[in-house]
Amino acid sequence: MPEPGPHHHAGGALDSPATDALLRTGRFFTRRDTSADLRAVYREGGREGDVFYRDRWSHDKVVRSTHGVNCTGSCSWKVYVKDGIITWETQQTDYPSVGPDSPEYEPRGCPRGAAFSWYTYSPTRVRYPYARGVLVDMYREAKARLGDPVEAWAEITGDPDKRRRYQSARGKGGHVRVSWDEAVEIVAAAHVHTIRAYGPDRIAGFSPIPAMSMVSHAVGSRFIELIGGAMTSFYDWYADLPVASPQVFGDQTDVPESGDWWNATYLVMWGSNVPVTRTPDAHWMAEARYKGQKVVVVSPDYADNTKFADTWLPAQPGTDGALAMAMGHVVLKEFFVERRVPFFVDYVRRYTDLPFLVTLDARDGGYVPGKFLTAADLGEEDEGAAWRTVLLDGRTGEPVVPNGSLGFRYTESGVGRWNLDLGEVSPQLTLLGSSDVAEVLLPRFDAIDGSGGVLCRGVPARRVAGRLVTTVFDLMLAQYGVHREGLPGTWPSGYEDAAEPYTPAWQEPITSVPAEQVVGVAREMARNAEESDGRTMIIMGAGICQWFHGDATYRAVLALLMLTGSMGRNGGGWAHYVGQEKCRPATGWATMAMATDWQRPPRQMIGTAYWYTHTDQWRYDGYRADALASPLGSGRFAGMHTIDTLALATRLGWMPSYPQFDRNPLDVADEAQAAGPDVAAHVAGRLRDGRLRFAIEDPDAPANWPRCLTLWRANLLGSSAKGDEYFLKHLLGTHNNLMAEQTPPDRRPRDVSWPDGDPPEGKLDLLLSLDFRMTSSTLLSDVVLPAATWYEKHDLNTTDMHPFVHAFNPAIDLPFESRTDFDAFHAIARRFSELARTHLGVRHDVVAVPLQHDTPGETAQPGGRVLDWRAGECEPVPGRTMPNFVLVERDYPAVADKLASLGPLLDRLGMTTKAVTYQPDEELRYLAAKNGVMLGGAGDGRPAIDTDAKLAEAILALSATTNGRLAVQGFRQLERRTGQRLADLAEGSEEKRITFADTQARPVPVITSPEWSGSETGGRRYAPFTVNTERLKPWHTLTGRMHFLLDHDWMHEMGEALPLYRTPLDMHKLFGEPTPGEVRDGASVTVRYLTPHSKWSIHSEYQDNLFMLALSRGGPVVWMSVPDAAGIGVADNDWVEAVNRNGVLVARAVVTHRLPPGMVFVYHAQERVVNVPRSEATGRRGGIHNSLTRILVKPTHLIGGYAQLSFAFNYLGPTGNQRDEVTVIRRRTSQEVRY
Amino acid sequence: MKVMAQLGMVMNLDKCIGCHTCSVTCKQAWTNRAGVEYVWFNNVETRPGQGYPRRYQDQEKWRGGWVRNRRGRLTLKAGGRLRKLLSIFANPVLPNIRDYYEPWTYDYQNLTSAPLGDDFPVAAPKSLLTGEPMAIEWGANWDDDLGGAPEHGPADPIVQRLRRECEDKVRFDYERAFMFFLPRICEHCLNPSCVASCPSGAMYKRVEDGIVLVDQDQCRGWRMCVTGCPYKKVYFNHRTGKAEKCTFCYPRVEVGLPTVCSETCVGRLRYIGLFLYDADRVTQAASVADEHDLYQAQLDILLDPTDPEVIAGARAEGIPEDWLDAARRSPVYRLAKEYRVALPLHPEFRTMPMVWYIPPLSPVVERLTETGHDGERAGNLFGAIDALRIPVEYLAELFTAGDPEPVRRVLRTLAAMRSYLRDITLERPADESIPAEVGMTGGQLTELYRLLAIAKYEDRY
Repeated sequence: MPEPGPHHHAGGALDSPATDALLRTGRFFTRRDTSADLRAVYREGGREGDVFYRDRWSHDKVVRSTHGVNCTGSCSWKVYVKDGIITWETQQTDYPSVGPDSPEYEPRGCPRGAAFSWYTYSPTRVRYPYARGVLVDMYREAKARLGDPVEAWAEITGDPDKRRRYQSARGKGGHVRVSWDEAVEIVAAAHVHTIRAYGPDRIAGFSPIPAMSMVSHAVGSRFIELIGGAMTSFYDWYADLPVASPQVFGDQTDVPESGDWWNATYLVMWGSNVPVTRTPDAHWMAEARYKGQKVVVVSPDYADNTKFADTWLPAQPGTDGALAMAMGHVVLKEFFVERRVPFFVDYVRRYTDLPFLVTLDARDGGYVPGKFLTAADLGEEDEGAAWRTVLLDGRTGEPVVPNGSLGFRYTESGVGRWNLDLGEVSPQLTLLGSSDVAEVLLPRFDAIDGSGGVLCRGVPARRVAGRLVTTVFDLMLAQYGVHREGLPGTWPSGYEDAAEPYTPAWQEPITSVPAEQVVGVAREMARNAEESDGRTMIIMGAGICQWFHGDATYRAVLALLMLTGSMGRNGGGWAHYVGQEKCRPATGWATMAMATDWQRPPRQMIGTAYWYTHTDQWRYDGYRADALASPLGSGRFAGMHTIDTLALATRLGWMPSYPQFDRNPLDVADEAQAAGPDVAAHVAGRLRDGRLRFAIEDPDAPANWPRCLTLWRANLLGSSAKGDEYFLKHLLGTHNNLMAEQTPPDRRPRDVSWPDGDPPEGKLDLLLSLDFRMTSSTLLSDVVLPAATWYEKHDLNTTDMHPFVHAFNPAIDLPFESRTDFDAFHAIARRFSELARTHLGVRHDVVAVPLQHDTPGETAQPGGRVLDWRAGECEPVPGRTMPNFVLVERDYPAVADKLASLGPLLDRLGMTTKAVTYQPDEELRYLAAKNGVMLGGAGDGRPAIDTDAKLAEAILALSATTNGRLAVQGFRQLERRTGQRLADLAEGSEEKRITFADTQARPVPVITSPEWSGSETGGRRYAPFTVNTERLKPWHTLTGRMHFLLDHDWMHEMGEALPLYRTPLDMHKLFGEPTPGEVRDGASVTVRYLTPHSKWSIHSEYQDNLFMLALSRGGPVVWMSVPDAAGIGVADNDWVEAVNRNGVLVARAVVTHRLPPGMVFVYHAQERVVNVPRSEATGRRGGIHNSLTRILVKPTHLIGGYAQLSFAFNYLGPTGNQRDEVTVIRRRTSQEVRY
Repeated sequence: MKVMAQLGMVMNLDKCIGCHTCSVTCKQAWTNRAGVEYVWFNNVETRPGQGYPRRYQDQEKWRGGWVRNRRGRLTLKAGGRLRKLLSIFANPVLPNIRDYYEPWTYDYQNLTSAPLGDDFPVAAPKSLLTGEPMAIEWGANWDDDLGGAPEHGPADPIVQRLRRECEDKVRFDYERAFMFFLPRICEHCLNPSCVASCPSGAMYKRVEDGIVLVDQDQCRGWRMCVTGCPYKKVYFNHRTGKAEKCTFCYPRVEVGLPTVCSETCVGRLRYIGLFLYDADRVTQAASVADEHDLYQAQLDILLDPTDPEVIAGARAEGIPEDWLDAARRSPVYRLAKEYRVALPLHPEFRTMPMVWYIPPLSPVVERLTETGHDGERAGNLFGAIDALRIPVEYLAELFTAGDPEPVRRVLRTLAAMRSYLRDITLERPADESIPAEVGMTGGQLTELYRLLAIAKYEDRY
């Protein structure tokens, strides 16, 4: 090749000939190669200068672990360690393959996870045990004088001045280092004293989302349950629980893994910002588009996922129910009436309650829907008749009682018949053509202030067994306003009729989505489902779930999927991703966490009601319980305050309530045992005659306060505490920014005591937290224990987003004085047991237990009729018309031994999950051999679970998802009840027992199990309810099918028997807040206050992380629209304050055109610990995002004792919804802030 | 022909979710240390937006890259090499810390150590440079997700240019909102202006794989490279006084691991592979007169690794057989050259960048449905590429020196792929007219789909 020179540079040249000459000379002085055209210098060898980066990359080992944060990621990570120091982390890529024609789960992880190792050595790390200095001084003095920890604690907390002194110091600094021994002793003494003086049910634990680190959760929960304390729920409290799920499916929540998005051919993301909140899964959404999947986004803002959408429906916040109802209108009209799509019709007849008969009750010259017609109405008298629903056989026109309803689930006669096999029966969907018609009155709530109106629309009807009935399907058409010839009433004239619900034109002024777009999307999604056999999927998120009426919205959205045959399909159905609920090894975890191997039942409390009551938020309610009732209701809530509904739900056995009685339940047990053998009857009698009361009837009496609260794996007070300032004031008794007015006298409770004067401040004697970083919760805690991080312990992790179980492992030895949660609780339990020997001994406890879902208790109150024994409407019968009362032995000195060993109840009673009982006989032998047995003490000879790794082993061995033998065993049991073939789903996996070592080596896919409703058999992607649709196993509901209609008295009372739209709460009408959009003096504007999840944190975790702060705005911010900001003179990055009656938030503004006016985003869990100045409004430190919210209890969430509307822990209960709130925003007068 | 090997990267912006995991893992691995607090070898920019450092694309201000002089020769924008050498002690044009951002931390210790006071302890911000309390006013990613965009977006150099043509092109109002993300690392250019700027000879391009590095022993801290790089991907370590930059993770790629940013990309949108190129034609390609021809010129010097002549040339240059094999299996070659869906970033800087991008397609249909079209139909989509929410002109300014045609072609190809595959997914007969519209066969479109969607680990790297 000729050497090109400057004079014949065919290949182009640089600069000028003079430069060429210079460079040509220069290259002889270096060791490098210069390119022929003198453009570049190449070099080989001589790279000593590179060694820096090679050194930096080198490491000694890589350890598999993950992050126990409730983000649903469940990502397996490589943690790099050099010289005993954790350096950084990157994602594992070794997930088992999804198959050759699909993307894989690798890599899973997000920037938050990638920044985690910062915490290990960060200055916010809790390195040593701390306690409140004021308290420590008093404790040391009292203990030295009295010689006993328990007596010292009793004296301090019994002295109002001393108690006040340390309570009012909470959250104001002043923590001092103490030894582990002293910290543990204070905690143990407080618990012993509380049990002795007030009762064990005055102790509570809060630790959410076991799936994220189930060993750490279980060990603390196990301790709380062993001593008789209450674990408070989290899924409902977080408002992550879609109450519509138990209502419609009879299931807590069951959703597809993200890999199943790949199978969908039409994907709607509705209030779920997938790239931000499901970061490791988002690629499935991006990739499925390349397969031709169509993507629709419903979000008020131009969100991160809107970038991927083919169609964007920018619905106003909180109006999604209107959009869904209008889409339902289109689907019903075009696919069920104008054209009857055979696939859809067949589907709803088999799998939904649409063909079932409903009674019509005369009202105001028309009719209102009543109750499902049952076999009892037909005159059948056998067991379960009142729980067997009825439909008409299309072949004969005669009523039949098909298999599968609840009346077949627990009865002898139902054996082999609890299934969806219709045999020859052809369910009749509509009565149209029968001789009668009835004008039905239906409530509507689309007025801007939320007040109710009445729709009048005809349905075909006929008489069966002397009652006028119609079908749920006919009611649905009436509800949705889909007219058919010959039916009377007021109907929409067409899609363009804006006056009549629920047309596309009607929704347009509400949602601001064009009517034509609604018609187009509804038609498209239904057509897609028709063509693809139900591969239409809707990802549903917190944006539509966490509203007061989120359950109504969800039912309207779910209706679209049920009508189009999309539930129980791979690639179809709902995909609710709010919170990480899926603890896949459910049975093993629950057994360990609830300590049901030693004693039953556990105390499980509905979190929302607990905080509503004990933070005294109930005393600030602005409205009565009937403010939101139906105009067609019968006045059931008249005169009631919301806390009265809670008291009713307690005494009727619907919901748990702890503290339980107005006395120590240990004393009640003594008294009852002395009175005779029937403890429950004795307690019922005492309650009836009023000598014993439920604590909820007088929650502000000091005897009924909670006294000890332990937080671990949680940051209640910096994150989830809706009404945070109420917590500070009333539960903790410290400074706060609360400005709310108490409930005026005319709206105060009917049944619950209202003490004179101000509500109590400082109910809690001890707040204990275990954490590895300083949070609002640790700052407020009396004792803070230094916890191990997620790279410093053994644990297990699962999620709903993928089908694997994988391990945490320690990458380094525990640094500083930190300990694992496991070791901390064992230390507490040991000291507790020592102190209990002299102060408590062996006692008995009476535990009040509500009527539980998936037990015969859910058939206690037929017809969903509310009968109050207190009002004389029925007899107080434990376990029927009221809670059951169960005697439990509390061997307090044995608590530590029991904590460390598997108890004997497993041998006798096995383990029950969703009414399937597993007998772990082989597993107990296996665990005794694998883990060894305990020697001496209460656990003598029992399998050991005295290390975190052994507890993990027990969880895996005792769950059907991780132990094929149990899966087959459970399915065989279900086969007997259903008469359907099921065991084959797990056969072939009998020998498969996932061990902890397996999960340490690599993420392991779980086994198909009766604990869940879908199948992974044969390597398919998990989709919920596929076992129901494919194997005809009923849903756990009244009819055994998915429900459109909920016929409980209270559902009718709230007007929510059928899917409908309810407007967001009018905070002006209910609490006197200004109306959104109101600008005052050009200085403040009232806006909707939305708290979606952030890109830069997972709850409060990572929001203090320096990397996340560097990539965001470096502290709390309020995202505002351009018009709202301009209206009050706010520029980007100005300091603003958001104020309402609940509290104050101080943050900087992010002004963006991504948001429409009328709303702000205050991203979730921006805490007060980083870059939060003092406010101008109060002069005190600004609050957290939940300082502006408060708890609003929806009474229908309290329903119990009735089929799927029955309590189960984290399964059903009032939600801590917070999205209906509004706030006033103003620019700070001074932009100079003071910390 | 002088055949050389070059490691390249392609990022599919159509899949980027803007999560910044790449930035964090890169930072943790490489620049989590004193002197480089403000340095992000990998960063992610929200577009429209100013980028990092602010407005780095404005070469009239920052003087990066090359220009073609009157004689048709390339010369550094900041001045020819001779002039550079003569003016070596003059202050180069450099972004100051405010153009990046002043890095900060917080008084975290206060949370633990605060004595009993009258309110919550708090960790207030303080400068990492001075240790003094500071107000946070700009950051490495200040305009993330269009934050502050109405105020800061109009200063985006691309927005400014487009608005000179038509005021209405990019508007910062809710109805017209659009955004996408642009992750950036060093371009490891074929014609690196940073290397050419270095008076100490400390910057070099590795002969075997083309990675551009700073020799930490040789660097004298003149900072000419910072000026010279038009992407502002060379940084100055204020502690050591030396330049540092993205190393393409050479300690990893040398042992067969992908770069940290690629392996940890949770959107699975990064591809790494080998290009073979004709080193003799680089200057010529970088010197073509019309900026619109630069993309094609760069494509033209990328050599076909299956061409026997190229293989022979490569062997002659001592490129080993396994490298040639890697070049033949290279996903980046397929995306850039075979399917022509990846485009270079700012070819008009004439550095011949080797990190290429697939422009984002979405969202598409909504603007169509407003006008009554069925956006799912491929035919309609092709006609509607200019009505997309993300203006084609904006993308063209990024990837093709303002020429919208190559961008349109890529977007049409992506749209055709979706449309063609939908029929197959729904088990309808495949419509072979769709791939024909974009000059491909159904088989090619399916292959492209597998590479972009299924994208197994071993197929990405």
